[in-house]
Amino acid sequence: MTDIATSLNNAAASETPEGGIRWGLVLDHAILIAGSLFMLLPVFLAFMTSTHEAVTVHTEGVQYLPGDQLVANYSTVLFDGIGFTGAVNGTTMMMNSMILGFGFAIGKIIVAMMAAYAIVYFRFPLAELAFWAIFVTLLLPLEVRILPSYEIVRKMGLINSYTGLIVPLIASATATFFFRQFFKTVPDELVEAARIDGAGPMKFFIDILVPLSRTMIAAIFIIMFVYGWNQYLWPTLITTNEDYFTLVRGIKQIIQVWVGAQIPEYSQAMALAVLAMLPPVIVVVVFQSWFIRGLTESDK
Amino acid sequence: MAQVHIDRVSKIYSGTQRAVNDISIVIPDGEFVVLVGPSGCGKSTLLRMVAGLERITEGTISIDGRVVNALEPAERDIAMVFQNYALYPHMKVYDNMAYGLRNRGMPKAEIDQRVREAAKTLELERLLERRPRELSGGQRQRVAMGRAIVRSPKVFLFDEPLSNLDAKLRGQMRVEIRKLQRRFGVTSIYVTHDQVEAMTLADTLVVMNNGVAEQVGSPLDVYKRPASTFVAGFIGAPAMNLIDADVSDDGSAATVGGAVIAPLEHSAILEPGHAVTLGIRPEHLRRAGANEKAEIELVVSAIEILGADTLAHGQIGAGGPGKSNLIARLPGTTRLEVGSKLPLAIDRSAIHLFDRETGRRIVSDKASQTEVTPRARLAAV
Ligand SMILES: Nc1ncnc2c1ncn2[C@@H]1O[C@H](COP(=O)(O)OP(=O)(O)OP(=O)(O)O)[C@@H](O)[C@H]1O
Ligand SMILES: [Mg+2]
Repeated sequence: MTDIATSLNNAAASETPEGGIRWGLVLDHAILIAGSLFMLLPVFLAFMTSTHEAVTVHTEGVQYLPGDQLVANYSTVLFDGIGFTGAVNGTTMMMNSMILGFGFAIGKIIVAMMAAYAIVYFRFPLAELAFWAIFVTLLLPLEVRILPSYEIVRKMGLINSYTGLIVPLIASATATFFFRQFFKTVPDELVEAARIDGAGPMKFFIDILVPLSRTMIAAIFIIMFVYGWNQYLWPTLITTNEDYFTLVRGIKQIIQVWVGAQIPEYSQAMALAVLAMLPPVIVVVVFQSWFIRGLTESDK
Repeated sequence: MAQVHIDRVSKIYSGTQRAVNDISIVIPDGEFVVLVGPSGCGKSTLLRMVAGLERITEGTISIDGRVVNALEPAERDIAMVFQNYALYPHMKVYDNMAYGLRNRGMPKAEIDQRVREAAKTLELERLLERRPRELSGGQRQRVAMGRAIVRSPKVFLFDEPLSNLDAKLRGQMRVEIRKLQRRFGVTSIYVTHDQVEAMTLADTLVVMNNGVAEQVGSPLDVYKRPASTFVAGFIGAPAMNLIDADVSDDGSAATVGGAVIAPLEHSAILEPGHAVTLGIRPEHLRRAGANEKAEIELVVSAIEILGADTLAHGQIGAGGPGKSNLIARLPGTTRLEVGSKLPLAIDRSAIHLFDRETGRRIVSDKASQTEVTPRARLAAV
């Protein structure tokens, strides 16, 4: 692995020719390691806690050592009914979150690319105004418009549907802005060469602009997938039917169950939280390598 | 292959600025025309109007007898090579060349045949699977040429295609472009601000200035008979010496501050006292022999030794009202010293005369008789 090779080289380089140690480098690494531990510790604790019985967690708090309920807890959250009515399990919620995350990210990329394409490459009346109108909405987070949005979705009968979950959030000023900036860096000669080669607007977009944007698409995909995956407020409003619950919502649901003497399933909530972390991590790892490859293999 | 007819074409940007002003040129089939001029003179704009990348404000452009003003670039049957090549970065060399043909719906087999043929001509066969970023500048240039060739267009358009290459490669590619153009016989328009490129490539040279075609003619004709002081100063290096002078009372000589500096053959058309600009190329000045009358005396202020030639910079008429700077190109064997006085003789036939007010060439009767008519010419307006 080249990574290991480079870090070994770095280790060798940290010693000066006279055999002394470069303390600056050691300090750098100490800071990095401390930072990593600081970030990873909660994840570690969540994982350890998720391998114990709920009673243990309830009486003794967060656990630092592995317990014996790993398989039991994880299979319960994945395959048995949990939540208020027990009608939905972790697998379904994972699916729902996937649909939301992918729908959200892909939808945003498509809409934003098309909007940016129109703004950058076509002269139409009020184009500049349209761009600034989109840009200004950056300043308005979802929470500001959540009531009217909810009202519209309800009137359209889209409560408890994937459409209602995804479509109202699909416009993205951020992504539009980033694509606009990127398109502006594409040399004009490329457009002209394509025109001479007989590529109309659609062909140019699909054959040339989209492939050229792939690093940008990867970057925005990472951001938007994680953003969509972590949505909490909007899914809570739009979905009342447990079949449409997402993971993030499900975690909350488990802890809310407090009927009579029943103890909230803290360990199951932790297990679900650990599971909920995995897909975004996978997406980041996969797309990041793509993204970095794209950046280093510069095309221009 | 086609005739290109540019008829009274103008380009007006933002209401008033005329980037191209009333240009008319007829380019016969198979001819290589070079547009040359200083930066910002409108060369690219004119070329891009032929390509269809820029709207034509006034006038018409026809290719092969068909007015193309309203046609999309792809419908004009032209191919263009850009300065920065404009290759599609994400496509392999093969696909870069094939893309335009695919868009035309050409059968796969024919595309393949054409691309491979072009690749062979340009020695790109081993690079077909590479992407543009894996190629050197010269190779990219070839791919851009290949992309133009495979289309077998009616007209090739080049916008400074060699200016991103180093001097040696530029020289090679120049020869190659000319060879290819001869071989395919495609009418070509080539934009450059490099006059060596312009002189060596052109069948016909169009010298542009401020959106106007100052002169259209064969390279030699433009060199020998520049139509204006602008052309005189632009074509040739070092530039032609331009000296303000007056016509003597009997019309037989040009005088500077009362002193005769050159005899004139234009007596028939010039009235005495006419304000003229005298043009003498540095290479047409020579050191006067011992028993020869020196027309002018140059006070040498700087010497540039180029090996084959020596350039002497200096002033004539120093101290007087007719003081002006002059460069003489002398044989490399000439020994000179700064500050010395150098007697120079002028070939009468090498003297160019321009009207100082209009900057236009004053044509003597004798000169106009020998004028060679270029194939492409300013269309009668
Ligand atoms: N899109 C535009 N809007 C306004 N003016 C323009 C535009 N494009 C070019 N011009 C102007 O038109 C004139 C001619 O430009 P053009 O690009 O044809 O010059 P050029 O002869 O090709 O110069 P160069 O050798 O530097 O490429 C210039 O003065 C330029 O500023
Ligand atoms: Mg130009």
